[in-house]
Amino acid sequence: MQLTSFYFKSNVRRKLIDPLLQRNMKRFGGRFVEARAAVMTEVDNLETIRVAAAAIRDRSLANLDSYLVAFEEQALARGSQVHWAETAQDVNRILIEIAQSNGVKKIVKSKSMVSEESGLNDAVEAVGIQAIETDLGEYILQLAHEPPSHIIAPAIHKSLEEVAALFSENHHTPRQTDIPALCREAREQLRPHFLSAEMGISGGNFLIAETGSVVIVTNEGNGRMVTTLPRIHVTITGIEKVLPTLNDFSTIVRLLTRSATGQSITNYVSMLTGPRQEGDLDGPGQSHIILVDSGRSRLLGTEMQEALRCIRCGACMNHCPVYQNIGGHAYGWVYPGPIGAVLTPSYVGLKNALDLPQASTLCGACQVVCPVKIPLPELMRVLREKSFEQGLRPWHERLFIRLWRGVANRPRLYALMTQVGVRVLSLLGGKKKLLHHLPGLDGWTDGRDMPAPQGKTFRELYRKRRS
Amino acid sequence: MRVGLFVTCLVDMMRPRIGFAALKLLENAGCEVVVPPNQTCCGQPGFNSGDRESGRVMARRFLADFESFDYVVAPSGSCTGMIRCHYGELFPDDTVLQHRLDALSQRTFELTDFLVTVLKVERLDSFFQGTITYHDSCSGLRELNVKHQPRQLMGQVVGAQLREMNKPELCCGFGGTFSIKLGEIATRMADNKCQDALATKADAIVGGDLGCLLNIEGRLRRLGDDTTQVLHVAEVLAGPELGQG
Repeated sequence: MQLTSFYFKSNVRRKLIDPLLQRNMKRFGGRFVEARAAVMTEVDNLETIRVAAAAIRDRSLANLDSYLVAFEEQALARGSQVHWAETAQDVNRILIEIAQSNGVKKIVKSKSMVSEESGLNDAVEAVGIQAIETDLGEYILQLAHEPPSHIIAPAIHKSLEEVAALFSENHHTPRQTDIPALCREAREQLRPHFLSAEMGISGGNFLIAETGSVVIVTNEGNGRMVTTLPRIHVTITGIEKVLPTLNDFSTIVRLLTRSATGQSITNYVSMLTGPRQEGDLDGPGQSHIILVDSGRSRLLGTEMQEALRCIRCGACMNHCPVYQNIGGHAYGWVYPGPIGAVLTPSYVGLKNALDLPQASTLCGACQVVCPVKIPLPELMRVLREKSFEQGLRPWHERLFIRLWRGVANRPRLYALMTQVGVRVLSLLGGKKKLLHHLPGLDGWTDGRDMPAPQGKTFRELYRKRRS
Repeated sequence: MRVGLFVTCLVDMMRPRIGFAALKLLENAGCEVVVPPNQTCCGQPGFNSGDRESGRVMARRFLADFESFDYVVAPSGSCTGMIRCHYGELFPDDTVLQHRLDALSQRTFELTDFLVTVLKVERLDSFFQGTITYHDSCSGLRELNVKHQPRQLMGQVVGAQLREMNKPELCCGFGGTFSIKLGEIATRMADNKCQDALATKADAIVGGDLGCLLNIEGRLRRLGDDTTQVLHVAEVLAGPELGQG
């Protein structure tokens, strides 16, 4: 996927004044937030399960190497073929090799965010293979030539009217006016592709080490079609997605679906364990699993490792007041919101996504809802520290911070400077006691007044009162 | 009970009357309050901007200024959160210092939390004419569980009527240096907060952190509203006859 995180600030500016996006984001508003809150009341020991889920993820990550090897052994024993992709380019290369050596001309895909990392669709199209997204949201975006803006609801930034116009234009059909009709139309368009594609690609929510299974958690049913109808099924997923046992999965899934869409359970939870076995009525002839590193292993053993706990529920972005106002595209890469602000700089390089760790008030709403207790504000702070240490922040910001540190550590100097400062600002504030413009603080005064200080500092007034 | 009042730099510079309100509330509740003269800032602006050294320098200063008190109280959830939740992790290699900071952190409280949880204040002799809507500032709420304390105390203020806004726990967009670095998002978030607050038609928007209040008031005034009051909870609790010093 085209990386535009470097331009976060100008992306934001455009998104804040995009009336259609703003309307769609408002409409989306708190739907997932409310659904999550409602469904969590079913769980009477939520905090205990969160602690357990975080511990399961930590255990998986602490022994990632051995669980991956165990997974590979089990997957091979069940007849799957396992491929290791160190980089995003490796993902595309491996996939194209599998496709070409099997004469694949058409691929149907269910949702895979990892395949967005490597820009897989463009890569396969460049070698003459058609790739069709079959998740409704992803299908819409493929028609619109846009990247996803949310990890579980990729087209959340689009309105019904926009989708209707897009369908009508691309399918040469009369414009629909309601969602069921649009779904039916998509289904009619996609059905022949499901039946004619030689390869299906899916993501994988989890890999189960003890059984060699890939788990996908979905709602639309396209996942079932993609993974069972074509003669080849390829799973593309990150190496961090491994869980030791099915039992572990049963703990995690209780939180995943509730945190994501506010459902007690999704319509489909599929365990894919190898290709069609003798006597099976359906299933693919070949099962391939591409395990993607692409920056993940670099986080192991560092203070960023907790980010790899992520189970991709999207609750952090749903609850993030920054995401709610700017949408996912502004973040400029595959993963938006707080988890994106942590993962994107980690995967693509801090200097390519400098503003993302700053794109948070550290309000903590994300951390409170994260089902695996990722300390997202803390991780953003770690990245801010790296930016500061590596001199990647603007010089005036670094200077200001160092100056303030120096002044605040010298009480007499602090007292003198603040006394003078507040007098000047108080005078400038005039009768209305408001500052409309402050040089160097345009970031504030462009959109807000600065209420002027009272005029004397507390310490001055207190000293006078005591004497 | 000897209480050290940590005024916080923002209150010291921008709104000394909040500091005096806190002082009055603590004294009325029977505390012996001392304001250590060398105190400045908790170090949060630098710490959250990625300069850990700011945190360390100010944590040492805080320790020197406040270690001798039974309790430390600050009229701010975010400064208290900095002390309570982050000072302890700043010196991983110095267990003695870390231990001293942890001990001090446990005695450090946000003002309303202190009044309710430690002092168990049940009666305030104060008066406020009007309706209030309360904004829950993030650090106080999520780092310190400050939620019922200010409401409980405002319930004791004669005349004050609380009208909850939609989403009182939604961040106002201040976020310290965020409000300048990403001012456009901060402004939009302040806008949303103002809308929710104004929809209650309350006479005053009240909160426990001056940073948030400046952000909200700044946006309100820019939008042309110069009647809705924006007040710190200490000002409401201490009552109107409060001296301006």
